[in-house]
Amino acid sequence: MDVLQTDVVIVGAGGAGLRAAIAVAEADPALSVTLISKVYPMRSHTVAAEGGAAGVIKENDSLENHFNDTIGGSDWLADQDAVEFFVEQAPKELTRLEHWGCPWSRDPDGRVAVRPFGGMKIERTWFAADKSGFHILHTLFQTSMKYPSIKRLDEYYTTDLLLEDGRAVGVLSHEMRSGKPVVVLGKAVILCTGGAGRVFPFTTNGAIKTGDGMAMAYRAGVPLQDMEFVQYHPTGLPGTGILISEAARGEGGILVNKDGYRYLQDYGMGPADPWPRKKAMELGPRDRLSQSFWQEQQKGRTIQSKWGDVVHLDLRHLGEKKINERLPFIRDLAKSYVGVDVVTAPIPVRPVIHYTMGGIASDITAGTPLPGLFCAGETACVSINGANRLGSNSLAELLVFGKVAGEAAARLARSVPAPSEASALAQAKAHRARAEALVDGSRGTEAVATIRRDMMATMESGCGIYRTQEGLEQTCTTLRDLRRRYRDVKISDRSWVFNTDLTQALELGAMLEIAETMALSALLRTESRGAHQRLDHPQRDDAGFLTHSMAWRQGDEPPRIDYKPVTITKSQPAARVYGGAAS
Amino acid sequence: MAEFNLPANSRVTEGKTFKAPAGAKRVKKFKIYRYDPDSGQNPRVDTFEVDLDACGPMVLDALLKIKNEVDSTLTLRRSCREGICGSCSMNIDGTNTLACLKPIDDVKGDVKIYPLPHMPVIKDLVPDLTHVYAQYASIEPWMQADTPFPPSGERLQSPEDRAKLDGLWECILCFCCSTSCPSYWWNGDRYLGPAILLQAARWIQDSRDEATGKRLDDLEDPFKLYRCHTIMNCTNTCPKGLNPAKAIADIKKKMIERVV
Repeated sequence: MDVLQTDVVIVGAGGAGLRAAIAVAEADPALSVTLISKVYPMRSHTVAAEGGAAGVIKENDSLENHFNDTIGGSDWLADQDAVEFFVEQAPKELTRLEHWGCPWSRDPDGRVAVRPFGGMKIERTWFAADKSGFHILHTLFQTSMKYPSIKRLDEYYTTDLLLEDGRAVGVLSHEMRSGKPVVVLGKAVILCTGGAGRVFPFTTNGAIKTGDGMAMAYRAGVPLQDMEFVQYHPTGLPGTGILISEAARGEGGILVNKDGYRYLQDYGMGPADPWPRKKAMELGPRDRLSQSFWQEQQKGRTIQSKWGDVVHLDLRHLGEKKINERLPFIRDLAKSYVGVDVVTAPIPVRPVIHYTMGGIASDITAGTPLPGLFCAGETACVSINGANRLGSNSLAELLVFGKVAGEAAARLARSVPAPSEASALAQAKAHRARAEALVDGSRGTEAVATIRRDMMATMESGCGIYRTQEGLEQTCTTLRDLRRRYRDVKISDRSWVFNTDLTQALELGAMLEIAETMALSALLRTESRGAHQRLDHPQRDDAGFLTHSMAWRQGDEPPRIDYKPVTITKSQPAARVYGGAAS
Repeated sequence: MAEFNLPANSRVTEGKTFKAPAGAKRVKKFKIYRYDPDSGQNPRVDTFEVDLDACGPMVLDALLKIKNEVDSTLTLRRSCREGICGSCSMNIDGTNTLACLKPIDDVKGDVKIYPLPHMPVIKDLVPDLTHVYAQYASIEPWMQADTPFPPSGERLQSPEDRAKLDGLWECILCFCCSTSCPSYWWNGDRYLGPAILLQAARWIQDSRDEATGKRLDDLEDPFKLYRCHTIMNCTNTCPKGLNPAKAIADIKKKMIERVV
């Protein structure tokens, strides 16, 4: 088996991974970085982020405002030391991207423009039309090419972390075009592998978002934190789940039910006028807006469409000029996927799985409980997002903590010796046996697509916008059964060359374990907070649950869940205030 | 000696046919190029009958349905399924485009699907993109400016200067254009092709970049730039509606402007 020795190993070349790689290269050009990704960098899902990235830059705003909006949005589950650090760093990172060439949209005076987003007291979202993630990702990819110390392994699929004396010392990957295994050893490992939205059937997430890194860390004994908190974005296109950015509402779009009524005023977001208005109505937080849709649906006031129940997002009053300048991608998407020109007709939308607030247990240092292992981006749970992420914080997060992870890994790499090959190779061979057994076809009866379909269905039915004990217990039972069936999974492709049948089978293994942490953490959290809403426990319970859940892997058994306290520095838990009361 | 026929091991043969399930009412045939280098066999075209009443509207929906339900060995790149990641570029119904943006109903008759033309094929619909990425790196596609940044905050750029990037900054690097260009087919080893030249134009036009002269010097070459013969396939095929041919013309214009 080929062994590649490097200083810092990074898995995932989306926004966080690229930012981390650049941080290592800038910290010390003598350190070699190996940046591994299962896709070419621009295919990473950062590319699909639309609305923008939050950072305080205008004189009418303050770091305190950004802090308070984020903590309230998180329903007080975010760690406040991390949020304080995050809001300080975000403007610096966004400015740095400007210096690297990111084509931010501009005000008439030439300064960077900002737009309002949900749950924000003041507009602070930097944007590049409605393709902000696309431009951030391309800018990072382009900048990364400047540094000769960054070596990319594009289209290498990584399956396992390798350990030595309780430290992360590398990964096992395989080159997809040949199927050849390669052991990449380093003095520090950073996971930037994104979220796991694909455990659900209806999601804005691209097909690659299967939580590989979360599962790798989990299998290596690292806990997954706050996995019950999965964000529904209120406006996805029915049928496909394609995202219609919050920027559409930030620019003034409204949501109406079948009577043309702006129903959000019935759910603590009103009064409806004047509009647009910050922290009110359509600019409320994502969890509340998605829950309001469900309530409207129960009352029979949503709109029946050929794709099921929807509400209408109406942008017509913005006019064609503003739509073309600020929301061109939204116009294209609506035309292509639901046949609607937003200039002349409202867009049918419904809530859609969007973001994994939980992830690999991490903190303000981007470190994890496993020495040598760092993480950043959606795959990490720092946590600055708590029970509900504020729109436009995730792009800023991947920059801030990507950089922290890169710098921390660089520091570590300068202080520890290179790992030895022998023990890593033995582990790699054992791990590799899994893939070999799948490709040689010597085992298995269960089809990947069938198990995947059943997993998605049970996650949607039991672990959706509103949850109950009964539903979650059913989902946990089903997932346990699916994990049992997965041990007997089979694939048909017998070639090692670009075997996507194999990668999909391995991705499914990751997703099943992640789904189980989500469902069990949700079952045990008998309160309602942010994106986790229990019909049988409708109140927030600070006495019992102002804590992060931690899911620890227990082999073939369901995980063990324990809890760690939330870090509170200056904001004591209080009621979340939106609508008229917020102004 | 010139060879006018495909080598024997490249000739495409007729492959297997997978029938639609019984009772399917709206059946469409998808004829898909298949190649597995491990098999030692020639490429073939398999025919899959798909019931459109049980399938999403786009060609990508049909490909994934086939992979999930009929033949899990079918190999393609895909991710975002909304036309922004650039993974699923391929040749559909004779035109390079993104499978996720191509409505099945736009294709009259059978849907013929091949990999991007004139690229080495790794497997099925997956071409080898190594060379084109190397070409991308060769134009040094990053901000180059010597003027120190402002001590705090961003550089200013007027909305008008920012707007000069419109039509250039939206390229998703799917390479539909370069692989539709006969000049790139012929001289792709040295001609940069429309995708990369569009990227070069993006930096040349950016008011914040200060390396315009160097960038133009690097392109002043009989092959890198001047193998564009305004055939316009690039512009006709771009699934994002961009105009690489115009971007190339603008670079050529800048070349002339600096010598006259």
